[in-house]
Amino acid sequence: MASENLTASEYIRHHLQNLTYGKHPELGWKFAENHEEASQMGFWAIHVDSMLWSIGLGVLFVWLFSKAAKRATSGVPGGLQNFVEVMVEFVDNSVKETFHGRSPVIAPLALTIFCWVFLMNTMDLIPVDFLPYLFHAAGVTYMKVVPTTDVNVTLGMSISVFFLIIYYSIKVKGVGGFVGELTLQPFGKWMIPFNFLLEGVGLIAKPISLALRLFGNLYAGELIFILIALLPFYAQWALSVPWAIFHILVITLQAFIFMMLTIVYLSMAHEDH
Amino acid sequence: MNINLTLIGQAIAFFIFVVFCMKYVWPPVIQALREREKKIADGLQAAERAAKDLQLAQEKAAEELREAKQQAAEILEQANKRSNQVIEEAKETARKEGERLVAAAKAEIEQETQRAKEALRKEVADLALAGAEKILETSVDAKAHGEFLKKLAAQL
Repeated sequence: MASENLTASEYIRHHLQNLTYGKHPELGWKFAENHEEASQMGFWAIHVDSMLWSIGLGVLFVWLFSKAAKRATSGVPGGLQNFVEVMVEFVDNSVKETFHGRSPVIAPLALTIFCWVFLMNTMDLIPVDFLPYLFHAAGVTYMKVVPTTDVNVTLGMSISVFFLIIYYSIKVKGVGGFVGELTLQPFGKWMIPFNFLLEGVGLIAKPISLALRLFGNLYAGELIFILIALLPFYAQWALSVPWAIFHILVITLQAFIFMMLTIVYLSMAHEDH
Repeated sequence: MNINLTLIGQAIAFFIFVVFCMKYVWPPVIQALREREKKIADGLQAAERAAKDLQLAQEKAAEELREAKQQAAEILEQANKRSNQVIEEAKETARKEGERLVAAAKAEIEQETQRAKEALRKEVADLALAGAEKILETSVDAKAHGEFLKKLAAQL
């Protein structure tokens, strides 16, 4: 793949291909060397780049915040502590405004989601070719550095939220209450199958919309960066800079939306109708 | 995968983007953080100042209380002194008054005695005269013997 000239569509396809390690039906366990091999691997494959970047950024978040927490003073907060306090206060206020129950899980969950998604989205602002070139020089063919442009990552997060929704629904309302909520609304007990269809779709739509919203926004943003990278090099800045500036809003907003919706869904799970 | 001018184009764009962030995105964020820091610092300082003020006020209150107690003691002492003085004065006055009354009474007694003596003298003179008249069986010319009678009275 190296040093050969790519057409535009090959370039785009290359940039949208994750570094995949998986079980090829004929070749066994290996890193996929091209798009076809990756898609032939089917379900039994893992996007190594998404995993490493997302875990790495998660570790970065945990390390930064724990460092601030360990050195926290009750006096005047210094730079890092001040920043961390602003974040925690912001998330805590968002949770308090939306969620009126008492739960030791939701605020830390919301903080983690916001910071983690924000960090993963921020990778989008790094020029699309920088890190792939770097890894290419080190011999890694594919490298997609924005984990949230991988639908596996966003779905993974939203499914975790989905399980939490179900867990808290059952914990707060009991199995009967949860099943009742799914089947006895909105039309009463004579329309149970219809109600179940409606509510079931509503329930399933929560994690899927959560994941696809984040994925779609970031994927589209990344794609536009890649398209801009196909322009002549002297003209790229004219489009890429405004788009990057606009993207500052997008990445923050998407992280915020993911967090807020998680809080809203969990607070709905806590409420009895 | 090929390294070409795209990389430089992205570097230019990234450079402009970073400059933009440094100029327009970073300062407000830092400004907000600084303001928050300053607000907390001010708050803590104010609290410290308030605590110091409280301590000062407490010290001042204690000082004033002590002064007031001292003053009260002084006033009490003065009052005691004054009352002793007043009692002394009253005693003195009473003694003087008593002496005066005694003196006046004595003078009056003296006077009364004098008057009684005078009256007695007169009575005696009259009695002597009457006695002499009875003895002489004649009336004594008061005028003729006035000198004599007076002498008599003075001797009594």
